Amino acid sequence: MQAFLQQIVNGLTIGSVYALVALGYTMVFGVLKIVNFAHGELFMLGAYLGFTAAVTWTEVARTATGLILFTLGASLVVAVVGLLVERVAYRPLRRSSRLATVVSALGVSIFLQNAVMLLYGPNYQVYPEGLVSDRAWQVFGVEITLMRAAILATSLALMAGLYFFVMRTRLGMATRAAAIDQDTARLMGIDVDAIIRLIFFLGPLLGAVAGILVGLFYRQINFTMGWTYGMKAFTAAILGGIGNIPGAMVGGLLLGILETLGAGYVSAAWKDALAFFILIGILILRPTGLLGERVAEKV
Amino acid sequence: MLASPGARRLALGGLALAAALLPLALTNYWLDVLTFYGLYVLLGLALNVVVGYTGLFNLGQAAFYGIGAYVTAILNTRLGVPVLLTLPVAAVAAGAVAYAVGRPILHLRGDYLALVTIGLGEITLIAINNDVFGLTGGPNGIFGIDRPSVLGFVFGTSLRYYYLVWAVVAVVIGLLHRLENSRVGRAWMLIREDEVAAAAAGVDVAAYKTLAFSLSAALAGAVGTLYAGKMTVIAPESFSTWESVLMFSIVILGGAGSIPGVFVGALGMVVLPELFRDFSNWRMLVFGAAMVAMMVFRPAGLWPARPSAAPGRPAKGGARRAAA
Repeated sequence: MQAFLQQIVNGLTIGSVYALVALGYTMVFGVLKIVNFAHGELFMLGAYLGFTAAVTWTEVARTATGLILFTLGASLVVAVVGLLVERVAYRPLRRSSRLATVVSALGVSIFLQNAVMLLYGPNYQVYPEGLVSDRAWQVFGVEITLMRAAILATSLALMAGLYFFVMRTRLGMATRAAAIDQDTARLMGIDVDAIIRLIFFLGPLLGAVAGILVGLFYRQINFTMGWTYGMKAFTAAILGGIGNIPGAMVGGLLLGILETLGAGYVSAAWKDALAFFILIGILILRPTGLLGERVAEKV
Repeated sequence: MLASPGARRLALGGLALAAALLPLALTNYWLDVLTFYGLYVLLGLALNVVVGYTGLFNLGQAAFYGIGAYVTAILNTRLGVPVLLTLPVAAVAAGAVAYAVGRPILHLRGDYLALVTIGLGEITLIAINNDVFGLTGGPNGIFGIDRPSVLGFVFGTSLRYYYLVWAVVAVVIGLLHRLENSRVGRAWMLIREDEVAAAAAGVDVAAYKTLAFSLSAALAGAVGTLYAGKMTVIAPESFSTWESVLMFSIVILGGAGSIPGVFVGALGMVVLPELFRDFSNWRMLVFGAAMVAMMVFRPAGLWPARPSAAPGRPAKGGARRAAA
């Protein structure tokens, strides 16, 4: 039972990372109805920028304030890159074919992967030791490390913040309107282009935070990590119902738990395949996802 | 361009002659490059059936290519079956898998289908990596595959393999050209243009989609055999999703639905990067940027299919046909 609870806690940790990345997919899909294939690479870029900050100013990074500042700084840089990606690779293709958009997004992926590989080399990079103290608590026999608690708390706080923003602010309402119908939103005086820029800013920002959390937690990062995490986060978004923000959170946490349990009780070697089985299953059986956001299937 | 059939035939004959004589002036290294060019042309032509003719996004084609290569490798190294005899088996195996998975997924459209095929490709790769049924050798792959041979004539040199691959290219082009203008080809293109209209016109949409998917996979599986015979060693990483992305890009870059487009696309994706091998670190960076630039400035591809090739295609704006 304790082992099981421990697995659940571990699953929630990784799941909250998936959820943060999934928000980027779900917001872009919600408004533009496209899959941002380059989102995973922005997550990876976040992990690398966090790594650079931590290596360059290791002593500052050891303090909580320093770490938070570095995370914020790196994420803002990634958010700006996200804006650039939208400007260069997506905006010119708004009225173009969907094939073209997919290829363009994959081009951005290849570009970012190789840019990072050129800058940092092809090998794994390792975050400095001891950035976060290895304190841990025992709760009902389940060990919760400070790092896990921090990941969960950060993710939940960011998700709550985003949810509040989307549901309670005027800008959030405009975003929801643009997601439902861009033309009508435009008629209501909403600057849809600004909304699109906004989601290409917020999504990468959250993704980059997730990347740094992964870097701090596993310590090893690689320029190819964006693809794996990206696909899993996307699965999470689909699982919860793509275009649906709470859905991305539920989907992320659920996928994390399923994956951890699958690795623990079924087969560790097939762990990475589980997400893809779920992805295929959901798309075939219930493309609207668990929380059932109705999204017209665009061709 | 090259409007009259006579001029086209002349141009094709000239190209064939050039392809036949070219090896006399080339080193083995460049023969190998051109052999791989041929393999990617074949992979592009195969994927073109699904993506170009039928308008279905398949980003998991490397799985079928891999299944073909592994069927050949396993039959050859374990049972000693000659490589060329494994070719039909590889094609049928890849086609059968595609048929089995195709039926439930092919009603999905656009990005959704692309994602499901990515998932299938990744699952196949994980299976191969995990030494499924103890047959695939896990991450190390399989080595010691024979060279293809016919009646004691072994395709053992770069020169011979070049001719083998390009002979297959010629045959496949002939077949696809016929297929393109057949009832089946027209049904595919009608589905691509307007699925609802196709169904209304009495086309069995599901059956034709599955046919395109399976045929394309079977062809990719056969190319897997040629690849295994050339390399004599295969490993999982040759069949990753990036390989699928490469095939997809060859088709789109050249111009979806266009046979000459595949040649242009593969030239840009496979041969051009080879010319810049000295800058090997930079070429993938440029490559990614070039993919974006191409889509922004020439979304219909470098050599788009002729607008008149398909019935029911709008007379104007044929280049935007892919706009779905």
